[in-house]
Amino acid sequence: MTKYNARGFARLGQAGSIFGMSLIENMDKYPVKVLSSDMSVVAGLDRFKRTRPADFYNVGIAEQNLIGLSAGLASEGYRPIAVAQAAFITMRSFEQIRQYLGYMKNNVISVGINSGFALTFFGNTHYSIEDLTLMRSIPGMTVLSPADAGSAVKAFEATLNHDGPVYIRLTGGLLSPIVYKDDFNFTIGKAISLKDGSDITIFATGIVVANALKAAELLMEDGISASVVDIHTIKPLDKDAVMASKHSKLIVTVEEHSTVGGLGSALSEVIAETGNMPAMLKLGVQDKFMEVGDYNYLIEQSRLTPILIKEDILTRLSNKKI
Amino acid sequence: MRKRILELAHKAGSNGAHLGGSLSLVEILDALYSQNLNHNPYDMNRDRIILSKGHGALALYCILEMKGIISKEYAETFETNGTALFAHAKRDVAKGIEFSGGSLSLGLSFAVGVALACRSNSLNNHIYVILGDGECDEGLVWESVMSASHYGLDNMTLIVDCNGLQSDGFSKDIMNTDSLESKFSAFGCTVLSVNGHSKRNIVQALTAEHKEKPKVIVAHTLKGKGVSFLENQQSSHHFVLSDEQYKLAVMEVEND
Repeated sequence: MTKYNARGFARLGQAGSIFGMSLIENMDKYPVKVLSSDMSVVAGLDRFKRTRPADFYNVGIAEQNLIGLSAGLASEGYRPIAVAQAAFITMRSFEQIRQYLGYMKNNVISVGINSGFALTFFGNTHYSIEDLTLMRSIPGMTVLSPADAGSAVKAFEATLNHDGPVYIRLTGGLLSPIVYKDDFNFTIGKAISLKDGSDITIFATGIVVANALKAAELLMEDGISASVVDIHTIKPLDKDAVMASKHSKLIVTVEEHSTVGGLGSALSEVIAETGNMPAMLKLGVQDKFMEVGDYNYLIEQSRLTPILIKEDILTRLSNKKI
Repeated sequence: MRKRILELAHKAGSNGAHLGGSLSLVEILDALYSQNLNHNPYDMNRDRIILSKGHGALALYCILEMKGIISKEYAETFETNGTALFAHAKRDVAKGIEFSGGSLSLGLSFAVGVALACRSNSLNNHIYVILGDGECDEGLVWESVMSASHYGLDNMTLIVDCNGLQSDGFSKDIMNTDSLESKFSAFGCTVLSVNGHSKRNIVQALTAEHKEKPKVIVAHTLKGKGVSFLENQQSSHHFVLSDEQYKLAVMEVEND
C-alpha cells in the first residue's frame, strides 16, 4: 500500500477503497482477473474495467457461474477476484463455493459487498446476515470481516498474498466510521485489541466494531471497564485472543449478523470446549427477519447502537451472579 | 472397454456402480481419446477433458487405464475404502482427471473459466466437456453455455451424452429438454447431432471446424448400451451386478 489514508478510505467505503484504490495499485503485482455478476459499478470497479478490460469478466446476473468461471481461471494459475452482493454470492452460490473453493481448493478471492444491512430499503432479500455462518462452515475457507474501510484494504492486500480460498465480508456504506486512524499491522487470523479493560471483554466484527468501541466508552460512565477486540478474521479464529478474556466477568459479541452461526457462535464453540470461561452475551440479529427501514433504524431494531449495546450489557451484568 | 466397465462394477459388489451412464459413454470416450490430444499433465498446453457428468467416472477410469494413463492396479481400487476412484471422479491432473465431478453442471461452469484462462494465456489447446442430458435440467448449465457463447469460446467442445434416461425415469417424462439441439443452438453454439454409438460419426463431429462459437455435439445414445437387461432401463442408473448377471453381461458385450 502506498499511503494509509483513513479519511480517504472512509469516504469511499470498504468496497470503494478496495476496488477503486488498492486493486489498481496492486493489479500489476498479481495475475488478477476480476469477475462480477452485474455488480461492478456498485462495487467501484469502473477504473479497473477501463484500465484492464481484458482482465475483467462480467458474467451477468449469474452468481453460480461467477464462482465456476473464477474457479476455472484459478485452476490455470490466475488470481481471480469474484465480486457480488454478499447475500447472493454466499447463498445462491453456496454449493459452488463449497465445491470449487473448499473441496477443490481453488484460490479464489470471493468478495461479498453490501453485507449486513447495507441495502436498507431493498429489504430482507438483500440483507446478508448469514454469510459468516455459511462461509465458515466450509473446510479450508478463510473468512474475513474488516471493521472499517482502511482495514478492508489491509484485509484485501493480506488476501492477495494468501494461499487458499477466501471470503471477504464488506459492511457499511460510504462515509463509514473510522476505527484505525493510522496504519497498522493486519495479520490473517490475529485479532486486534483496540482497548484494554478489566471487567468485561467485547469481541466485535465488521463495521459495528465502531459501535462496540463507543459502547465501551459509555460503559466507563457506569464504572464498567471493557476491553474491545476486533475479530477481523472469523476463520481461522484467534483462539488465544478468546482465551485471554478468561478473567473477564462477561464476554460479549457484537455483530451485524445473525447470532446463529456467526461471530457469537464461533466464540461460543471455543468457550464451551475450553470450560471455566466467563458467561457470554451474544448481540446481533436474534434469529429473525427484519422490519425494513434505513440503516440507523435497522441497527436500532437489532439493538446494535452504542447505547443499546451498553444497556444490554448492564442488564446482563445486573442479572448475573458473579 | 464395456467388459472392463462390467468387471470393475462387479468387483465393487454391493456398492453398485453407475453402469447405465458409463456404458452409454463408451464410444464417446473412445472417439475422444482416439484423437491426437495432448495428455501430458505437466504441459499447460495439454487438452482438457472435463467430465461434468461425474457419475460417468467408471467409464473415464477405464479409458484412462486403456490409454496407460493410470495403471491396472490403480483402476482396481475402484470403490474400495480410501480410494481416489469412487463413483464420482476427483481432480488429479497427474492421473488425467481434470475435475471433481459429482454435483451436476459444475464441470461445465468450471470449464468455461478454464477456456477463458487458456485463451488469455494464448494456448492453442482445446477444452472438451462431457455432459449428460439429465444434467441439462440444471440451471447452471444454461448460465454456463450462455457465457461460453458470449465470450465466443471456440476452444471448447461440449459433448452431451443424450441417453434419454435419468434417475427417476425417461427424461421426456421427468423434465422434457427436447430438443437439446435447438436449445444449444438458440444459446449461440454450433450444434452437431450424431449417433453416439458410432465412433466414426463422433470423430467426424469432433474434427468438424468451428469458429467464434463453442461447439456442441449432441450424441444420441442408449443408457446401458450393450447389455440387454440394462439397455434403456431406468434401473441401470446405479446397479448391483449379481454373479449370473455379470457372466451374461460379459458374454453379451464379447459377442457384440
